Amino acid sequence: MADMVELTIDGIKVRAPKGTTVLEAAREMGIVIPTLCYYPGLTPYGACRLCIVELIRGKRSSLDASCTLPVSDGMVVFTNSERVKKVRKVILELLLSTCPNSKVLQDMAANMGVTKVRFKIKDRGCILCGLCVRYCKEQMQSGGIGFVGRGTSRKVGTPFEMTPAECRNCNGCEWICPVCMRACRAGQLVEGICGGCLNVAVVETCPVCVKCSESVGPEGHRAYGK
Amino acid sequence: MATGIVREVDLKALEKIFRGFEGKGESILIPLVQAIQAEYGFLPKEALVKASHHFRIPLSRFYGVVTFYAQFYLTPRGKHTIRCCRGTACHVRGAAKVIETVEQELGLKEGETSEDLSFSFETVACLGACALAPVVVLDERYYGQMNPEKVRVLVRQYKGASIQESSIGEENNGKAD
Repeated sequence: MADMVELTIDGIKVRAPKGTTVLEAAREMGIVIPTLCYYPGLTPYGACRLCIVELIRGKRSSLDASCTLPVSDGMVVFTNSERVKKVRKVILELLLSTCPNSKVLQDMAANMGVTKVRFKIKDRGCILCGLCVRYCKEQMQSGGIGFVGRGTSRKVGTPFEMTPAECRNCNGCEWICPVCMRACRAGQLVEGICGGCLNVAVVETCPVCVKCSESVGPEGHRAYGK
Repeated sequence: MATGIVREVDLKALEKIFRGFEGKGESILIPLVQAIQAEYGFLPKEALVKASHHFRIPLSRFYGVVTFYAQFYLTPRGKHTIRCCRGTACHVRGAAKVIETVEQELGLKEGETSEDLSFSFETVACLGACALAPVVVLDERYYGQMNPEKVRVLVRQYKGASIQESSIGEENNGKAD
């Protein structure tokens, strides 16, 4: 085990393999750090900033996103200091102001004691965490969706607003989204990003099947119902 | 916007462009798109789709890059591009009036291209020539210390020239046929 580094997380000395991130090392210890844009197996992106930690360097301290911070020898990190808690709350408020209806964000707010949002609420339905983009490219080897535009008009979209040939209808982008921007709109999803419901076979002849509700497709059950 | 005009896009020229970019991975993306734009004047969708297939780079990567940078255009551009500076120095010296004049003369709003594809009109934040404020750039040529009168003369000059050229072009075409 030559390639191990020793660092201190929340006052506890830990050894972690070189090349891992502070977030991974902390989670290995069972420390809870909230994240939205991190997902094991996908490239760390550092977009949501919720995984922020306080880094002590001598007399100074700085804040850094732990999901993109590699461990190094002698590092001193606090994952839940007063400063971190305060900043994290503000970050969450900012995220909530762009996606007030997200259940994931609402739950986090409840956990952290964020009870109001002081920023102007603009529901964009997307926090630009890039999870769906990375999932599409790295996990599905597809690259059907990507970021479009820049600045305040930046969004996740498909090239020329059409479902691209690369799309495998895997539904992964909807599944992985923390704010459900890609939430399935069932029947009305036509030029939508994934058209995942096309994958679900419509069971046409199914008189008494118990489990068929899992595969009735977007239009609902054909044998029962209408 | 000149979306009503459908132009036939000749994709044969692409193969020649592609030859210079073979086997270099995704890093070729921006130079490649620049080369395509140099060829067509803008970025036709068909050309990007073909490039995406040829180099096995997802179309979403192309689209992301193209929509990110202001230098790339997805709609046809006018023959002449007129850029008016609306930076601080130019603004103070009356760029707003100059821009207004150009808008009136061309009948275009900022960022638009005329129907006959003769002019594209843009405003820019700074051209780095503040000593010449207000600055107007017409087809790579800088015109300094502009005022509504001067810019009107300039635009009309080019307007006349482009009408003349197109009529000459038509005559020549007639002869060639």
